[in-house]
Amino acid sequence: MTRQRMGDRIATALLWAAGILILVILAAFLIRILGQGLPVLDWNFLTSKPRAMAAGGGIGPQLFNTFYITALSLLISLPIGVGAGIYMAEYAKPGRLTELIRLSTEALASVPSIVLGLFGMILFVNGMGWGFTIAGGALALSLLNLPVLVRVTEEAVRAVPQSYREASLGLGATRWQTIAKVILPSALPGILTGVTLVAGRAIGETAILIYTAGVTVSRHFPDPSLMAAGETLAVRIWAVKSEGLVPDADRIAAGTSALLVLVVLVFNFLLAAPLYWYRSRNSR
Amino acid sequence: MNRARFSDRIALYLLTFSAITVSLVIAAILVFVGKEGLLTFLDVNPIEFFFSPDWNPPAGRFGALPFFVGSVAATAIALLIGAPLGLAGAIFMAKISPGSMRTAMRQASNLFVGIPSVVYGYIGMTTLVPWVRDNLGGQGFGVLVAGVILAIMVLPTILGVSEDAIRSVDVALEEGSLGLGATRWQTIWGVILPAARPRILAGVILAFARAFGETTAVQMVIGNSPTVVRSLTAGTSTLTSQIIMEMGQTPPGSPWNRALFMMAFGLLVVSLIMILLVRWVSNRGVAK
Amino acid sequence: MSEQMRMTVENVDLYYGNFRALRSITLNIPANRVTALIGPSGCGKSSFLRCLNRMNDLVPGARVSGSILMDGEDIYAPHVDVVLLRKRIGMVFQRPNPFPMSIYDNIAYGPRIHGEKRKAVLDELVESSLRGAALWEEVKDRLSKSALGLSGGQQQRLCIARSLAVKPELLLMDEPASALDPISTAKVEDLIRELRENYSIVIVTHNMQQAARISDYTAFFLSGELVEYGPTGTMFTNPRDQRTEDYITGRFG
Repeated sequence: MTRQRMGDRIATALLWAAGILILVILAAFLIRILGQGLPVLDWNFLTSKPRAMAAGGGIGPQLFNTFYITALSLLISLPIGVGAGIYMAEYAKPGRLTELIRLSTEALASVPSIVLGLFGMILFVNGMGWGFTIAGGALALSLLNLPVLVRVTEEAVRAVPQSYREASLGLGATRWQTIAKVILPSALPGILTGVTLVAGRAIGETAILIYTAGVTVSRHFPDPSLMAAGETLAVRIWAVKSEGLVPDADRIAAGTSALLVLVVLVFNFLLAAPLYWYRSRNSR
Repeated sequence: MNRARFSDRIALYLLTFSAITVSLVIAAILVFVGKEGLLTFLDVNPIEFFFSPDWNPPAGRFGALPFFVGSVAATAIALLIGAPLGLAGAIFMAKISPGSMRTAMRQASNLFVGIPSVVYGYIGMTTLVPWVRDNLGGQGFGVLVAGVILAIMVLPTILGVSEDAIRSVDVALEEGSLGLGATRWQTIWGVILPAARPRILAGVILAFARAFGETTAVQMVIGNSPTVVRSLTAGTSTLTSQIIMEMGQTPPGSPWNRALFMMAFGLLVVSLIMILLVRWVSNRGVAK
Repeated sequence: MSEQMRMTVENVDLYYGNFRALRSITLNIPANRVTALIGPSGCGKSSFLRCLNRMNDLVPGARVSGSILMDGEDIYAPHVDVVLLRKRIGMVFQRPNPFPMSIYDNIAYGPRIHGEKRKAVLDELVESSLRGAALWEEVKDRLSKSALGLSGGQQQRLCIARSLAVKPELLLMDEPASALDPISTAKVEDLIRELRENYSIVIVTHNMQQAARISDYTAFFLSGELVEYGPTGTMFTNPRDQRTEDYITGRFG
C-alpha cells in the first residue's frame, strides 16, 4: 500500500471516529439528563409551588411563566422582526442605510445574553421602576429574538422565486398585496423554522431573565399579571443550585433539566412534522 | 388613493420603521451599558482595572485582570477542543458519511443547540467537575471543565458553518484533484479545505464570540474565585461569571456596580469586534 | 490498424441506475495519436471519456460492463488501484478548473500528492510542464501569483500543464476549447498537435472542424452507440454509415 493510500485510510478512520464521538457525546448527555430527571417528574412536581427552605417544592409557577414569557416575547418580536426582514428583502435599496441596518442586525445578534439582561435591567427594572416583572423579561427576551427573526425572514423571502412576484404584479397587485398574499405564504416554512429556533432559545434562557424577570414567583398561581415576578424553569435551575437553600436542590434541578430537554425535544419533532407536510404540499 | 395603494403606503412606513428599530436598539444598548460602565473610571484607575489581579471591591480594589484572563483561557480551551472536532465532524458529514449518518448528525446538532445553557452547566457541575477532581486532581472547577462544556456548546456552530463551507466548494475543483490521481483525503486536505477556509474561519470566530459571551454554563463550573488562572483545575472566574455572581449584591450607581457594567461593556466590545472580524474574513475570501 | 494500442475497449455498456447511457462500445485508442470523439449533445461521448479514467465511479449508481484494457489489464478489475490509474491517465475538463492557489502550487500539486517533495525536482517539473503546455513564457515571472488571475485560455493551458506534471501516458480532454475564445482555441489546438509526440490523446469535441484539424482517428457517437470509427481523413471524406454522413454534413446535431 502506498503512503498516500495509508494516509487516506488513517484519515478516514479518524474522521469516522470524530463523527461517532459527536453522536456519543450527545447520547451521553441525554441519557444523563433524562435518566436523572425523568423519575422526578410527576403531577405534583409540575403543578405545585416552590418552597423557599423546605424540600418537596414544585415548579408549577415557573412552568407557567416560561411559556407565558416566551409567548409574550414572540408576540412582541415577531411583527418587528418579520417586518424588518421583509423590508430588507423587498424594499431596501443598496446603500448606506441598508448597510447600517444589516450591520446593526449582526451586531445585535452578537450581544452576549448577559449584556442584554443588564440592558433590560437598566431600562425596565430600574429606569421604568417596574422591578422584576414578566413584562420586563418578555421585552428583554424579544431583543434576543429580533436579529434571528430578521435574518431568517430575509432569507426566506429572498428565496421565493422571482416568477411569483412578477406574476402577481403582472396581474395588477400592489407591492404589499404581493407580499401579503403570495410571498409571505411561500416564505412561511422558513420563517416558522426561525420561530422554532427562537422559541427554543427563549425557553432555555437564563442570563437575560435573571435581571429582568427575577428569581421569584408571584404568590398567586397562575398569575397572568404582567407585573408579577417571573422566574422561569431555566432560571429556577440556576437559582436552586446557586442559593443552595433548599435541601433537595439536586432533585429539583434534575427534574427541571429533564423537563426543559423534553420540551425542546418535543418542540423539534412537533414542528418538524407540519413543516414537512407543508413543504411537500407546496412543492411541485 | 384607493385602499390598496393606501395600505401599500402604510406597509412601507411600518416596515421601514421595523428595520430602523433594530438599529435603534443596538445603539441604545451601546449607549446605556457603555455609560454605566465608563462611569467606573470616575473612581477607578483604568490601569488598575485592566491590569491588576487584585479584585476586592469592599476594600476598594478593582482589578479585573483575573476575569479577562479567565474568559480568554476558557474560550481558548473551548476552541482548541471544539474547532478540530467540529471541523473533522463537518468533513465527515460532507464527504464521508453515509446519508443516514449525516441526517443523524444534523439532528444531533439541532438537539445540542436546543439544550439550554443552564442544563449544560448543571451537568458539568454534577458530572464533569467531580470526575475531573477525582481523576485529574485539583478542585475540579476551573477553565478545563469550562472549556470542555463550551466546546460542546459551540460544536453545532462550527459543524454547521464548516459543513456548509465544504459543500459549497465547486465540485470541479474536486474532480480536478481526483483526476490527477489524488486520494480522497489528499483532495480534502489539499484543495477543498483551503478553498473553504474563509468561511470555516468565519465560523470559528463566531464560535469564539459565543463562547466568550456565555454566562450561565460557565458560572456553574468555573469555581467563582476571583483569582487569575493558576491551573486547569483551579477555581477562577470569567467576565461573565463574575458579573452574574456579584451583580445582585451591588447597589446601583456604586463603583462596584459600575465596574461590573464596565466588564459587561468589555464583553460587548469584544463581541462587536468579533463580528467585524467575521465580515472582514468573509469578504477577503470572496474577493480571492 | 497496425498501430500499437494504448487502450482497448470491448463491448462496454454504461448504466446510470437503470438508464443505459452507452451500448456495446468497442474501439481502440492508439498510442501517440489523437483520437477524437464526436457526436451531438447527449450522445454519450463525455460519459464514455469518463469511463476511461473511472471518473464515473464518483457518480452514485453508475455501472460499467464489458472490458476496458490498458496495456492488457482491465482497469475495472477489483484489485486495480484507481488512484494510480488516474495518475497514468490525465484529464482536462471542459471549463478550466485551476485550484485557488499560485500557478506554481497548481502545477506542483500533482507531483506533491504522489510523494515528490524535493524543491529542485518540483521546480524542474513546473517549468517543463508549463513549457509543454506552451505557457511558460507567459507566466514564468509570476509563478507565485494566483492562478485565478489568468485569462480563460491561459487557465485551460494551466490545467493541461497540471495534468502533464504527473507524467501521464494518456490524456483525456473533454471539450477543452469550447469555453475559450478563438485565439485561445487555436493555441490549444496547436498544443494538442505537439503533445501527440509524447502522449496518447483522446479528445471529445462538438466542433467537427476541430476534429478534422487535429485528430488522427475519429469516433462518431449517437444516442449512446458507436456508429462509426476510423482514420479521420476517411471518416470525413468517405463515411461508411449514412448517419455519419448526415452528421458531418450538418443535416442534424
